[in-house]
Amino acid sequence: MRTIRIGNGQGFWGDSIDAPVNLLRQGPIDYITLDYLAEVTLSIMQRQKMKDPSKGYATDFVAFIDRVLPELVSKNVKVIANAGGVNPEACRQALLAVAKKHGISGLKIGIVTGDDILDDLNAYRQKGQVFAHMETGESLFAEERAILAANVYMPTAGIAEALRQGAQIVVTGRCTDPGLTLAPLMYEFGWHTADQLALGTVAGHILECGAQATGGNFTRWWEVPDMVNIGYPIAEVSEDGTVIITKHETSGGLVTVATVSEQLLYEMGDPKAYITPDCVADFSSIQLSQAGENCVRVSGVRGMQHTPFLKVSISISDGYKAAGQLTISGPQAYEKAQKCAELVWGRLKQSGFTYEETLTEYLGQGVCHAGMVQSPDAPEIVLRLGVKDHDYKKVDRFGKELAPLVTSGPPGVTGFAGGRPKPAEIVAYWPALMAREWVNQTVSVQEV
Amino acid sequence: MKRVRLSEIAHARSGDKGRGSNVGLIADTPEGFALIQAQVTAERVKAHFAAINLGEVDRYEVPNLLALNFILHDSLGGGGTESVKTDAQGKTHGMALLRMEIDVPDDFKA
Repeated sequence: MRTIRIGNGQGFWGDSIDAPVNLLRQGPIDYITLDYLAEVTLSIMQRQKMKDPSKGYATDFVAFIDRVLPELVSKNVKVIANAGGVNPEACRQALLAVAKKHGISGLKIGIVTGDDILDDLNAYRQKGQVFAHMETGESLFAEERAILAANVYMPTAGIAEALRQGAQIVVTGRCTDPGLTLAPLMYEFGWHTADQLALGTVAGHILECGAQATGGNFTRWWEVPDMVNIGYPIAEVSEDGTVIITKHETSGGLVTVATVSEQLLYEMGDPKAYITPDCVADFSSIQLSQAGENCVRVSGVRGMQHTPFLKVSISISDGYKAAGQLTISGPQAYEKAQKCAELVWGRLKQSGFTYEETLTEYLGQGVCHAGMVQSPDAPEIVLRLGVKDHDYKKVDRFGKELAPLVTSGPPGVTGFAGGRPKPAEIVAYWPALMAREWVNQTVSVQEV
Repeated sequence: MKRVRLSEIAHARSGDKGRGSNVGLIADTPEGFALIQAQVTAERVKAHFAAINLGEVDRYEVPNLLALNFILHDSLGGGGTESVKTDAQGKTHGMALLRMEIDVPDDFKA
């Protein structure tokens, strides 16, 4: 019976650049998956593409492939990444150039597209699609909005099809994170029933945040051995549906029912209905058991057929924000920090600046766990102030009011490093549903 | 009966979920699950997070994982990408829930 090993080497854009290399080098692996797309990422990529039509994808991925391509080819390891962002074809061209540089031929690179519907929104609007917000029900077109990106979470079938056409590297735009793991199972084993798709989706959910399944972010962090060399998670999957979550033997970290359970609960909504474009997985059916050291077996997973809808992730420009901080030393650190905040807000108001929203945090005094702890007299406090407003100039003006405190407020104020806080665009997230049949998925495989 | 912190009988993980966060609370043992199931109600969690979460709290049971899943509907100061809060993604809410105390039998072994 065939068994394949799928590892995830990137949980988000900005995750460890060595993790996917270690997955390739520290032990046997058949597939490496990498996730680069958060909701906000696609709006940044649309901006990059607007300025330069050859941009708009995750360049970190190209750097990774450049680092390991000869090894990938000699070991015949396949790679699946949503690094394509809003320009998968440009990403592929960059990868083909890397392959040529290494003198590699015969390599097939697939791209899966159709998720980027930014340019089609008006056409959809004409047909009566309103992209109602999934939480508020409001129509996307109810008022004028600056839409930055619109991407559909695509079915996993497209990635599986690219693999079937022989692609060793598959680059997609927006797909689901668990789909990166599910795709090889659909291709290799022909998994297609609702239970099979749900099992692959659950395995993918466990893997999708990288080291969060192998001891990272684990409550009992002191129990995790060799965290310096933390291994990223691997799903060892057999054709008959046996799924073992593990990691390379020589890596650090911890894979137990406890670490895997925490990851299953991560970002969970209704456990009975984990909805993806491929199926509806029932997380209340999952059984976990320790199958050996750093091996957890996943079984019992049930699923239902997918819904008639796909989820669309829309990004909207919605004003500006800025935040900055100062360190206030004791004695009376908290009282002085309160005075500093009063001065900043008072001086801004005196100059005619008030804001749609302000934030005052006394870090060290119980911010993350507000209302839950009695703080002692702290030796120092970090005062963190922030504003939100649709007026760029007002947000910019806020940034100029922090530094003066060092000389014009209470004594012992320091830590003003990094310059004046700059306004950053607020990208609001607008989730909506649309009918499946309105979306076209395209697969293309090209050989170098 | 004696009072213990949840951190002695359970572990947790949290993250962002739209304009709110979810907190998964996982008991170490079936006995511990029965205790959190009975005592860690949505109402108690809402009160515990009163200074952080402005919205309602939903609770789901996940007995197969000895877990409860809480959704804090307005706990981030806007959505994860919009917020100016330090913890804009609710990453610390799991550890925050573990500070809650519950009653356990005197002979209960954590």
